[in-house]
Amino acid sequence: MNHAITANNLTKRFGDFTAVDAISFEVDKGEIFGFLGANGAGKTTAMRMLTGLSRPTEGEAMVAGYDVYREPEQIKRRIGYMSQKFSLYEDLKVRENIRFYGGIYGLPRKQVRQEADRLIEELGMSEFANSLVSGIPLGWRQKLAFSIAILHRPAIVFLDEPTGGVDPVTRRQFWEMIYKTANEGTTVFVTTHYMDEAEYCNRVSIMVEGRIAALDTPQAMKASFGVETMNEVFLRLTRPGGGNT
Amino acid sequence: MIQTQNLRKSYGTTPALRGINLQVQPGELFGLIGPDGAGKTTLIRILATLLLADEGSAQLDHKDVVADYRAIRRSIGYMPGRFSLYQDLTVEENLTFFATIFGTTIEENYELIRDIYVQLEPFKDRRAGKLSGGMKQKLALCCALIHKPTVLLLDEPTTGVDPVSRQEFWEMLQRLKAKNITILVSTPYMDEASLCDRVALMQDGAILQVDEPDSIVNSYDKPLLAVKTANIYQLIQDLRQFEPAHTVFPFGEYVHLSLKSVVWPELIHGYLLDRGHADIEIKQAMPTIEDIFMEKSQV
Repeated sequence: MNHAITANNLTKRFGDFTAVDAISFEVDKGEIFGFLGANGAGKTTAMRMLTGLSRPTEGEAMVAGYDVYREPEQIKRRIGYMSQKFSLYEDLKVRENIRFYGGIYGLPRKQVRQEADRLIEELGMSEFANSLVSGIPLGWRQKLAFSIAILHRPAIVFLDEPTGGVDPVTRRQFWEMIYKTANEGTTVFVTTHYMDEAEYCNRVSIMVEGRIAALDTPQAMKASFGVETMNEVFLRLTRPGGGNT
Repeated sequence: MIQTQNLRKSYGTTPALRGINLQVQPGELFGLIGPDGAGKTTLIRILATLLLADEGSAQLDHKDVVADYRAIRRSIGYMPGRFSLYQDLTVEENLTFFATIFGTTIEENYELIRDIYVQLEPFKDRRAGKLSGGMKQKLALCCALIHKPTVLLLDEPTTGVDPVSRQEFWEMLQRLKAKNITILVSTPYMDEASLCDRVALMQDGAILQVDEPDSIVNSYDKPLLAVKTANIYQLIQDLRQFEPAHTVFPFGEYVHLSLKSVVWPELIHGYLLDRGHADIEIKQAMPTIEDIFMEKSQV
């Protein structure tokens, strides 16, 4: 199996509102896959189905080799998840957060201790190791949250707007961590509102009103619209009339 | 217009503003550009008379933010970063509420908000809490404008908003500017700098540079190349080891390589070939606001 994720006509309806409308796509193992769309386009709903948190109304999806209907618990064990809004416990210390998540993921205590030391060293965070997360700068927090999301070496890591509000240097350090992770074989599924970040991805899908309006490499997408940036591609696809002012 | 002299503010021992000097001209669309924690919100709250500075002074239209705070509150529009309208009032009730507080009516200043409000009118009986993100933002802007302010202070109005709504919001600001309102707007999205007349780049409570967006970009003084190969992650590692390299940062599908001095592209090409790279592409890069920001913030 070469696909980390396959979705086939995946659909979610709330009452008579169709939030996700028969989307089909595949994500390769080790790929960095950008999942874009306007607010309300259905990204979060789709992501909740793929992470085993929400049961689809129709269609099929396999994530890390498991079925989203029958094996959501297997999926949860093999994925990592990080969002901008919530990832770490602010009233726990850095080291305590690592220990907590290590425990949740069922890693042996000794391994958790070693991983904590390695992580703190690799991130250059020794000065913060025993500080409360609430007291450390946002950029560090986001890098720590990402490292914790991949602590248990998941097959796929889902990142929901991981870099909002982060300064440009840290944003790039963050993307280097993503490259490194993908290079080591973990599949990265990422949403972002920064259109330049879409260009860091191997392939990108753009959702419009519950459907996937485009799916391709950023280069091919720009070429097919004859534009210079992903921002323009996005505006053409999501704005009726294709206005580009 | 807005002026500040050496504004300083600390929270406990943490400095939030380290001496801010700023001049925003009447009718100017001025951007405060910087990441979270740069001090943008603290600065805007001081200007909105909601927070007292530890040191320094500031004036809006020649009125002092401390001595004349009542007059300032009547003449500014302020949109905080967090949605702060009444969630359980309808769209129309919110707008009427803010108009009444300022002793005016929706009708009296309708001209100013018409462009924006027509998009909200179909939902005027909907509770504000039930609006989409883009609609909430438009309503908040209407409420900040309903008393016809001379100065508009907008704290991160586009944060977390998708690119389409962001673009619409900036188009609204351009139209307001044409009506001669001074607008100070903060944003963490560096690409929005180009939409302002002038911008201040902020980091860690200080201003790194103030200028027109074009002049800021033109002030970049190092040779800058865009480089791409089949393996971006390896490329970044290898370029960091390249002796003439000044900085190496991923930028979309390319890596931006700034150089300590001019180097022939052939030399870089050879260096990458030696390290096993394929599909090598090297071209001149146009610096962006982010290149400048990173250069300035690292010094």
